[in-house]
Amino acid sequence: MPRLPKLPAPPLPAALKAPPARPGEEDGRLGPIEDAKQAGITIVDWVDERTSLSGVGRWLLFRKVPKGTNWFYTLGSATLFAFLSQAVTGVFLAMYYRPDPAGGAYESIRHVTNEVFLGQFVRGMHKWGSSVMVVLVFLHMGRTFLFGAYKYPRELNWVIGVVLLVLTLVMAFTGYLLPFDQRAYWATIVGVNINGTGPLLGPYLSDFLRGGGEFGATTLSRFYSIHMLLVPGLIIALIGAHLYLVTKLGTTAPPWEKAENSADLREAKA
Amino acid sequence: MPDKHASYRSRYTADRLIPGAFDGETITRRRFMTGSAHTAGAIAAGAFTLPALAFAVGPIFKSTPHSWVTVGKVGSFPNNNYVPVIATLTPGIGEAGKTTVYMRAFNPALDTDPYDRGTPYIAISTRCAHLGCPVRWVDAAQRFICPCHGGVYDLLGRRVGGPPVRPLDRFYTRVVGEDVQVGPRFSVNSELRRFSPRDPAEPLDGIGQYLYPSRPTERKL
Repeated sequence: MPRLPKLPAPPLPAALKAPPARPGEEDGRLGPIEDAKQAGITIVDWVDERTSLSGVGRWLLFRKVPKGTNWFYTLGSATLFAFLSQAVTGVFLAMYYRPDPAGGAYESIRHVTNEVFLGQFVRGMHKWGSSVMVVLVFLHMGRTFLFGAYKYPRELNWVIGVVLLVLTLVMAFTGYLLPFDQRAYWATIVGVNINGTGPLLGPYLSDFLRGGGEFGATTLSRFYSIHMLLVPGLIIALIGAHLYLVTKLGTTAPPWEKAENSADLREAKA
Repeated sequence: MPDKHASYRSRYTADRLIPGAFDGETITRRRFMTGSAHTAGAIAAGAFTLPALAFAVGPIFKSTPHSWVTVGKVGSFPNNNYVPVIATLTPGIGEAGKTTVYMRAFNPALDTDPYDRGTPYIAISTRCAHLGCPVRWVDAAQRFICPCHGGVYDLLGRRVGGPPVRPLDRFYTRVVGEDVQVGPRFSVNSELRRFSPRDPAEPLDGIGQYLYPSRPTERKL
């Protein structure tokens, strides 16, 4: 099987190269700042010698990007940061939230919003951030589609991205119930019944979501578990696969960039 | 047609000249070990995956006990208009488990369906057959109207406008002493034929009753 030629390793940026010794420092006596730097480098080296993580970091971060790369290419990173924001604020909201349908859930949300220091801010970040994330996912998807970045060899990454889109919508749907106010309750009733309109399997899907034939005492904890344990785990795993493929395959040039023919090719053409 | 014996291979490893083969052995020890390790792994993974999965989907097959709720005294409901009563259909979730039921006495002029004969009271569920929002009875219009997406139903709960796919659900009723009681829910199709309860948005006319099966434990209602 013919092997593709191996590309040379990307050059180390100047900032990461060891600086040359200053005049007068060759005798080995360093200042305290230099000592601290050396200690840091020693620790990093100790880890790197045992894990080779610096190669992974360079492979991930110092990639070649095509000519014409522009601001539209930041939408994927923006989505990632929206997810990280949701993850961090969600973890701290979970410290106060009680999935108790007999009034405790609503009361705990009221407590977070009105009484906890910065509670309204953190909850607002999570609530509005969810809409931001959904919007960013769609913009990122639109960019990928319009730039033709889903084509060979990136089809699998498109498929993973679509699964991530569905999981993001599942997060938005399950999170909507958690405040357990009138809007949350009726929106979930409507949403679960829309799921039930699927022929043959739809009624079973509704039963699975509600945990029974009626919206009952376990429905809220079911949604809470899906919202904070099941789907976030899947999303983190798939984001890892998504980023791995982006790094492995590289990004595409925008469609308006013309390929530059090399001198040999021009000659062969002539 | 390829000759069957041209590609004949002995089933004994010793005949196939596999190094370290024992006489009479039909599978190499390495393959046997690999297979055993995979089987053991599959059993171990299944031992926690299958119970967990069954645990999550179990409620689909769990039957819920039907309860009868007293909603009023005999004679407190007219036979040409609806009176709202409040019944707790799902215990344990506070206010969310309560629902309004519209009650009316049996009226031989209106309820001509053979199944309705002998029913003491007609109890109409407020759960809209479109997507489950609560409908309300508007006396001036003699219509049930849904606030969410504009479903409209007539005096018998039959759809007269909007997106609903079937009439409003009903409840069985009975009289115990002087008390009027409301029991299990049932669904009806556009001819008011009775079916075991279905979720909203699931049509019951024609092929709909087969495309949207009822809960497995509700079949024999």
